[in-house]
Amino acid sequence: MKATREGYGDALLELGEKYENIVVLDADLAKSTYSIKFAQRYPERFIECGIAEQNMMDLAAGIATCGKICYTGSFVIFACQRALEQVRNTICYSNLNVKLCPTHAGISVGEDGASHQTVEDIAIMRAIPNMKVIVPADYYQAREAIKESAEIEGPVFIRLGRPAVPFIYGDNYRFQFGKIEKLREGSDVSIFSTGIMVKKSLEASFILEKEGIEAEVINVHTIKPLDEEGILESVAKTKRVVTAEEHSIIGGLGGAISELLSEKFPCKVKRVGIEDKFGCSGSANELLIHYGLTPEKIAFSAKSLL
Amino acid sequence: MEREEVTKLLKEKSKQLRYDIIKMIGLAGSGHPGGSLSAADIVATLYFYHLRHDFRNPYWEDRDRFVFSKGHAAPLLYAALAEAGYFSREVLWTLRKFNSPLQGHPDMRKLPGVEISAGSLGHGFSAACGMALAGKIDKKDYRVFVLIGDGECQEGEIWETAMFASHYKLDNLCGILDYNGLQIDGPVSKVMEVQPLAAKWQAFGWEVIEIDGHDFNQIIDALEKARTVKGKPTMIIARTIKGKGVSFMENVVDFHGKAPDREQMEQALKEIKESD
Ligand SMILES: Cc1ncc(C[n+]2csc(CCOP(=O)(O)OP(=O)(O)O)c2C)c(N)n1
Ligand SMILES: [Mg+2]
Repeated sequence: MKATREGYGDALLELGEKYENIVVLDADLAKSTYSIKFAQRYPERFIECGIAEQNMMDLAAGIATCGKICYTGSFVIFACQRALEQVRNTICYSNLNVKLCPTHAGISVGEDGASHQTVEDIAIMRAIPNMKVIVPADYYQAREAIKESAEIEGPVFIRLGRPAVPFIYGDNYRFQFGKIEKLREGSDVSIFSTGIMVKKSLEASFILEKEGIEAEVINVHTIKPLDEEGILESVAKTKRVVTAEEHSIIGGLGGAISELLSEKFPCKVKRVGIEDKFGCSGSANELLIHYGLTPEKIAFSAKSLL
Repeated sequence: MEREEVTKLLKEKSKQLRYDIIKMIGLAGSGHPGGSLSAADIVATLYFYHLRHDFRNPYWEDRDRFVFSKGHAAPLLYAALAEAGYFSREVLWTLRKFNSPLQGHPDMRKLPGVEISAGSLGHGFSAACGMALAGKIDKKDYRVFVLIGDGECQEGEIWETAMFASHYKLDNLCGILDYNGLQIDGPVSKVMEVQPLAAKWQAFGWEVIEIDGHDFNQIIDALEKARTVKGKPTMIIARTIKGKGVSFMENVVDFHGKAPDREQMEQALKEIKESD
């Protein structure tokens, strides 16, 4: 078990060595985001901005216009939402090379409560032209996606989490931007999931297997651009779709897939996610169960389609 | 009451608040002790001496408002509300637990006595300013107090509000800046210098009073002086010690957002109990 945010710290060390033009910014959360690792090894390329996220985003934009690749850290709520307009108008509008790798996404933030959790960030980031959205499922995928993002021109949002989560991949995992990953073949139902729900979808497939239902489990780590071809190929076979994400059912992965399928392959879609509600305080596990982000709920949703 | 009696009472109260803060956070296993302890004397003075409020009537229209803009100091707010009678002390031990009214950051819809939900730095300060403005519109004589952090002053929103409050001559607004010198990534002076603080607030049109935030006489005098200032808001810059009252937490950056373990909790509670 390891948190996806730890992948940020480790990826930055490798990026720092490989690219001279990487600059890392943080807003008084360097220990939480693990950018502290980069700060210690490359102090001259680390910029502490203090508690001023809006300033940080436009600073990064300015630095990026001078030929550098900027990585910005904070909590998702502050990076994507307090500084939203800076991200939209300055970074995204001009397609500047600024990466957002904030941590503490979703409700698995836990005890800090609603003000520090996010249920709507994927929807918001996905709606901005030029922005790319990646939601890693484990530490290795996070680390590799962040390393890869240096090669992607323009803004990228990589959504990282607070708690330690189980491994799905290994040390030699290679990330392929914009391509779905089929983790399990099946012909009865396609389960598209992202982030920490990927592991839970795999668990759901074992529940379903016992009942004779063959689920195809697909990790949609890149929510934008969406791998339309890959998704349609699976749905053409199963014709039944469940989506699962640690995010509101409005506008996230479930929204993206529903948009695609309603135009290109109309079929029934069940969205597992948070039902248009804010989070609250509690342990990460209690909250995941309370908001229905469980293998059982995914399996139940799949069965309801059969 | 004589001043001496008042300060004696406040000392007892703040001791109780510190005790409860440590116990709450210790039992919760997470939370922010440092910035709760640093402001305990200020908050005790407000709730148990200066504020016009009634625990039986938390929505009383004419009450003074006290906003915690540095919402992570929620344990301090909760300890004060419980001690003032807003809810039973038993509730304190549910801090940060699922279904508790005591959320990780204050929630006005879950707990009477919380004036505005907070947690994202900067917001509460602006909202407090809004409450002061509403008081002017309604010709009410309540006052609005708002606690902000020194790190919090790095947010641009603080200075937008600073400009607004003096522009609208909000002399019913009194800020208290918990100048403990530390934030998460280290000392404020290293992370992002906020000094000269007094000159900044003065330049934005505020009356500034600088005090030792652990000296009850100075806290009381400052609050009383602020009440007499007309035509502009007041900022009390209170020099404090982060983690004040627990030897191994004082001025320790790490105890910003780290709970004491079992052993540390016992030791801290003992220290507080035995302090005079
Ligand atoms: C907008 C925003 N950015 C970041 C945070 C995370 N955070 C919580 S407390 C804190 C440091 C606050 O320092 P300070 O204002 O000095 O508070 P104190 O020392 O009194 O605890 C930070 C960065 C936040 N709550 N809100
Ligand atoms: Mg401070």
